[in-house]
Formats: sequence, structure tokens, C-alpha cells
Amino acid sequence: MEPITITSTNFEQEVMNSDVPVLVDIWASWCGPCKMLSPIVDEIAATADGFKVGKINADDEGELAEKFNVTSIPTLLVFKGGKIVNQSVGFIPKEKVLELLK
Amino acid sequence: MTDIIIVGAGTAGLSAAIYGVRAGKKVLVLEGNAYGGQIINTPEIENYPGIKNTSGFEFATGLYEQATGLGAEVKYEEVQSVEDKGSHKVVRTGQGEYEAKTVILATGAKNRSLGLPHEAEWVGRGVSYCATCDGAFFKGKVTAVAGGGNTALEDALFLSNYCEKVYLIHRRDQFRGDEKTVAVLRQKENVEFVLNAKLNALLGENGVEGVEVEDKFSGEKRELKISGFFVAIGQEPQNALFSDLVQLDPGGYIIAGEDTKTNVPGIFAAGDGRTKTVRQLTTAAADGAVAALAACAYIDT
Repeated sequence: MEPITITSTNFEQEVMNSDVPVLVDIWASWCGPCKMLSPIVDEIAATADGFKVGKINADDEGELAEKFNVTSIPTLLVFKGGKIVNQSVGFIPKEKVLELLK
Repeated sequence: MTDIIIVGAGTAGLSAAIYGVRAGKKVLVLEGNAYGGQIINTPEIENYPGIKNTSGFEFATGLYEQATGLGAEVKYEEVQSVEDKGSHKVVRTGQGEYEAKTVILATGAKNRSLGLPHEAEWVGRGVSYCATCDGAFFKGKVTAVAGGGNTALEDALFLSNYCEKVYLIHRRDQFRGDEKTVAVLRQKENVEFVLNAKLNALLGENGVEGVEVEDKFSGEKRELKISGFFVAIGQEPQNALFSDLVQLDPGGYIIAGEDTKTNVPGIFAAGDGRTKTVRQLTTAAADGAVAALAACAYIDT
């Protein structure tokens, strides 16, 4: 599956009320390391099993980024039951992204 | 056995890979983080000969595609040790063990940290080492920059265009950086110089909310309410792993001349992690070429 585009409108439904853990990638078009991480997140989304994957554009959704005190991107957040259980800042290889979900 | 193992996929490492595979050698590049190294955070490059203007990301991606397209293998594994067995070298990572005839150490440099409690933990939650990368998140907010060199001055200037207020915190009252930039900053109404200052602590619950500074002379303490803390106190090499393998200088840089040869035959040092006076994109690329050709000559003789 393709990553879900998360906005302030669907955030409650897609992330907070999700039955499965959600990996969220916060990114922006001007951010080089974001462009390197993005294909990895897409790859993980394509084979996601038991969790789902979403993306938040930090420029379009500044309030969401601020809500989670995100001040550097790319930031990955893992939500479980509406709470952040893991997070990571900057580019990380695929194995390390998958570890965040464990 | 691999001919050349390159530790680090920054500009030096990927340039070495290009020269190595083009010389017909089997090349493996090991990288613990992202390919591209320090340059990926640079928005604009305008001093690389032959390229008028590009971004750090585009430059790094071009290098990566060139190296892998020519046949170099890049694996995202963090190197844990390099051992010299004389005739060959053994490189161990978190995932496995590799043997090679030669090793090029191209680990580069990283931003120096202050070592304050919470500093590492709050990276991305108010602590940053890159104003041009993260400045946009602090629009209309109060931030502080720590440092006294050109990077600190330029960061303060950059942030002053976005932020309500910027504190420039420096441990002395003189700046190492450009006088002209200091003069421009003095004219800025929203920039406050906090000089002769000792940084005591980062304050906050789950991210940066303030910083405590102490006047070096009077001992007076002050709490500055900030939401962003930018550290700009220079770079440091990442060679601690190799301190028993090759000679390092007191600053931690690998001792090697322009020929990139370390004191160990078959082990070469390229890029910002080597002792040198100029650390630029072009010199990193040049080091990569020199180290790869030196490795080829070592293998072939």
C-alpha cells in the first residue's frame, strides 16, 4: 500500500484511533535527507503487515509538527494506541526504521 | 575477498569508490548512516568546479548513483572494527565480517556537541546542529546559537530573519568569525549577544524550553527562555574506533599526507577525517581519487 497522507483533518481517525501501530514520516520538499528516507518509507509501506504508514508534510501541516514538538526533519514517529512509543530524527537505514516498529 | 573496502559513503568515500571500480577493482562501501555525508544538509553548493549550482542532496545522489552504477557495492552497516592482518584486513560490522586487501578510512567529521545533559536526547526536539535545515521550525520563536566562529555568526544571522529573538551565546567576548558579520548582527534589534558565558544546562520537560547561562566573571546566572538551541562549535573527526589501528593526531584526525597513506601499509585515509588544512568538497573528492589509486597500486605491486 502507498503511505497515507496525514493531515489535521484525518489525523484523529488514521493515527490516534488506529487499531494497528502507525509509522509516521514527517518531511518537507526542501529537505535533502527527507528525500533519501522517503523511498525507504514507501518500501516499508508497500509490504506493511500489522501496521500502517503515513506521511505528514511539515510545510502544509505545521500545527501537527508543532504538536509533537518536531523541530528537525525527517522525523519518524511510531504511534501505538494514540501514543508515541518510538521516534527517530534524521536519515536512518531501513533496518533501523523497522526496529522502531518492534 | 574484496579489493578495497571503503569506510564511509561521503564525498571522499564515494569518489574513492568511483576511481576504484573504474580501475577494475572490487569495491565495497560500508556506511552506518546516509550516503553523502555532511554535504547532504547544504542547501546550495556554488564552489564545486564545473557545477555552477546544485544542492547537497543532488550532489550526493549523483555521486551515489555514479558509484553504484559503475559497480561499487554500498551496504548500510556500521563498522565496529578494522583489523590489520598484514596480507589482508578484516572489517567487522553489526551484521557481518568482510575481508579486503586494502581499506580506505573515509569517516569524515561530524558536528561537535557541547556534551550538555539532554543535548543528544533533544535533537529534533529543540536542539539542532544545522540552522539552515531546521530554522524554518522556529518562525516567530526565540532561539539561541552557541559558538563564536563563522558558522555561529551566520546561523544567528539566518535565524534572525525568522525568529522573534536570537541569543548569540559565546564563552569569550571576541569572535573568531568575520568582523563584518559581527557588525551586521550588532545592528539587528532582535539579536542579543550573551558573552563571556558558560552554558550550564538545557531546561525543559520533554524538549528545549530554556537554557541556563552563567557569566564567567561575575558568576551571575540567567535563564533564557528559548524553544530552539543551535550548537555551532565546529566539527570533530570520528576515528576513535581506529585509535589502535593507525596513528591519530591529538585532535583525533588520522595522520596521513597528501598521498593518503597511513602508517599501516594497505590502509589509507581520505577526506575530512585526515590531517589536512583545507576541508572542502573538492579536497574530499580529490582525497578519494588519490586514496583509491594508491590502494590499486598497493594491490598490484
